[in-house]
Amino acid sequence: MPTTNGDVAVLAEDLRRSFGAVEAVRSVDLAVRAGEIYGFLGPNGAGKSTCVRMLCTLLAPSGGRAAVGGFDVVRDVEAVRLRIGVALQDAALDAKLTGRELLGVQGRLYGMSRKQIAARIESFGDLVDVAALDRRIGTYSGGMRRRLDLAAALMHDPRILFLDEPTTGLDPVSRMRVWEEVRRMNREDGMTIFLTTQYLEEADALADRVGIIDGGRIVAEGTPDELKRRIGVDVIVARVEGDPAAAATVVESLDGIASVAVHGDELDIATADGAAAVGRVAVALAAAGLHASQLTLRRPTLDDVFLEVTGERLS
Amino acid sequence: MTAASAPPTARSAGFLADLSTLAGRAIRLMLRDLEGVIPAMIVPVFFFAVNVGSLQDQFERAAPGFDYKAFQIPVAVIFAVTGVSRASNLVIDIQQGYFDRLTIAPIRRVSLLLGLMIADLVLVMALTVPVLLMGFIAGVGFASGPLGVLAFIVLAGCWGLAFTGFPYAIALRTGSPAAVNSSFILFFPFAFLTTTFAPKEALTGWLGAVATYNPVTYLLEGLRSLVSSGWDAAALGRAALAVLAVGAVSQLLAHAVLRGRLTSGRR
Ligand SMILES: Nc1ncnc2c1ncn2[C@@H]1O[C@H](COP(=O)(O)OP(=O)(O)OP(=O)(O)O)[C@@H](O)[C@H]1O
Ligand SMILES: [Mg+2]
Repeated sequence: MPTTNGDVAVLAEDLRRSFGAVEAVRSVDLAVRAGEIYGFLGPNGAGKSTCVRMLCTLLAPSGGRAAVGGFDVVRDVEAVRLRIGVALQDAALDAKLTGRELLGVQGRLYGMSRKQIAARIESFGDLVDVAALDRRIGTYSGGMRRRLDLAAALMHDPRILFLDEPTTGLDPVSRMRVWEEVRRMNREDGMTIFLTTQYLEEADALADRVGIIDGGRIVAEGTPDELKRRIGVDVIVARVEGDPAAAATVVESLDGIASVAVHGDELDIATADGAAAVGRVAVALAAAGLHASQLTLRRPTLDDVFLEVTGERLS
Repeated sequence: MTAASAPPTARSAGFLADLSTLAGRAIRLMLRDLEGVIPAMIVPVFFFAVNVGSLQDQFERAAPGFDYKAFQIPVAVIFAVTGVSRASNLVIDIQQGYFDRLTIAPIRRVSLLLGLMIADLVLVMALTVPVLLMGFIAGVGFASGPLGVLAFIVLAGCWGLAFTGFPYAIALRTGSPAAVNSSFILFFPFAFLTTTFAPKEALTGWLGAVATYNPVTYLLEGLRSLVSSGWDAAALGRAALAVLAVGAVSQLLAHAVLRGRLTSGRR
């Protein structure tokens, strides 16, 4: 029996997992709504994969509980497994089979008929290289493997998809293909997608909501915009010819400037409204005889958010 | 009802369908990797040639009418089939993560091992055939007739299957290819502390005592009865019991280790 409201696709309450003395996941609470793309962002060793493995019934939690598709991941393993598709961090493939054979095994284990399997493989045209499907997987490039692994996860048309770092190691073209596929499945099929990543731009580009995990705990959560708004300011980056310290003094005296930081010959100028301030900064510097060779306006990024909540830069 | 709580499009295919899918894959990989079977072919031929060559005259002179070749054919078959398993493929599956993918499929836990074992049984029975042919060429006849040949193959196959639990347990416990490869050593006490070279009456002292408790003694007795003396229900019954006993121990062990691995979620 479903244990939670059907609107919540993935639920974790005080979810914990230790390996001996290592507390990989300390206490994770999260709720992913049906139809949402949830981005789980964190550095190496943060506990992302451990969370995913617990949510997809591969790893027993040491404490707390989790439900996927409304079913408890420990007590209703069968029901959870029928509803999820999983692409783990390391592609889980058999090098000796061909791509088509592997997808065939996958389809049959999920009760699909021969015809359904053939049609499904056909529909993967954009994702996998059809020409390579009859070659042994051992001969595939890393990118082809990842995309085949994703296809295997999608074979049975799951309602909820777990992707553990789906684009790590992919070239930009392959990454775009995966991003497009993720967006399409979410938009057209209403698939709920739980995705981990170490790439800020990936979380920013794909996720409706982002949870930042560090040291086994969620340290911040919200939409990418909400998170960036937490920083609250725009950043003007000015490169000056002349004494940067003098330039900083000039800029600090202007109205509406929150702070100025000097990095070499660059000033990072924080301000509530960058667009309004950038002209005044240029004029003031010119008047002081300190020419700004370059002035750029930067919105806060998830990297800035990450820096604020963890005290470290991610990228 | 929302997307997440809607019934899934996937369904479980059913136990038998899962077994046939998994066994089909295992057999396909086996056919793709036939050179892996070659040692299992050479070892029995080697043992047969050496044992017959060195001991035939001695035994046949001591007991006129005793057919030492017929006596040795079951030994060759046991050397061909024991320890043949997909356990090293299982280690590879674990290492390449494919085992995880199979684990989260909606299948029963036992299917993960049974699928492989069905492939083992097919291979083991197939391995019996060339060894028997070698015997026929060497002039060994079957006292129990063609049906006896079939019974012989089935009994040998069941023994091969019974023994596979040990390498699978080692594979699941260690995840190490080296450990699985050396699991053959386990077979040595079974194989040599018994009537491999000489009939039971000729074994004396501690070897005779150990052989009495070695299930392979009764397996060999059953197989030999089919070759040399026709249908002997008592001998076949003891052989079947010996296979069942070893099979129960090894399979329970393998499934216990599998359960342990899956519940601890070891990688
Ligand atoms: N099976 C295991 N045994 C022991 N320690 C483990 C095991 N799995 C994970 N850990 C430890 O738990 C912590 C979290 O690991 P996890 O793989 O969840 O991190 P991650 O966020 O996925 O990192 P990455 O970005 O590198 O994949 C790490 O310190 C890791 O060493
Ligand atoms: Mg990881």
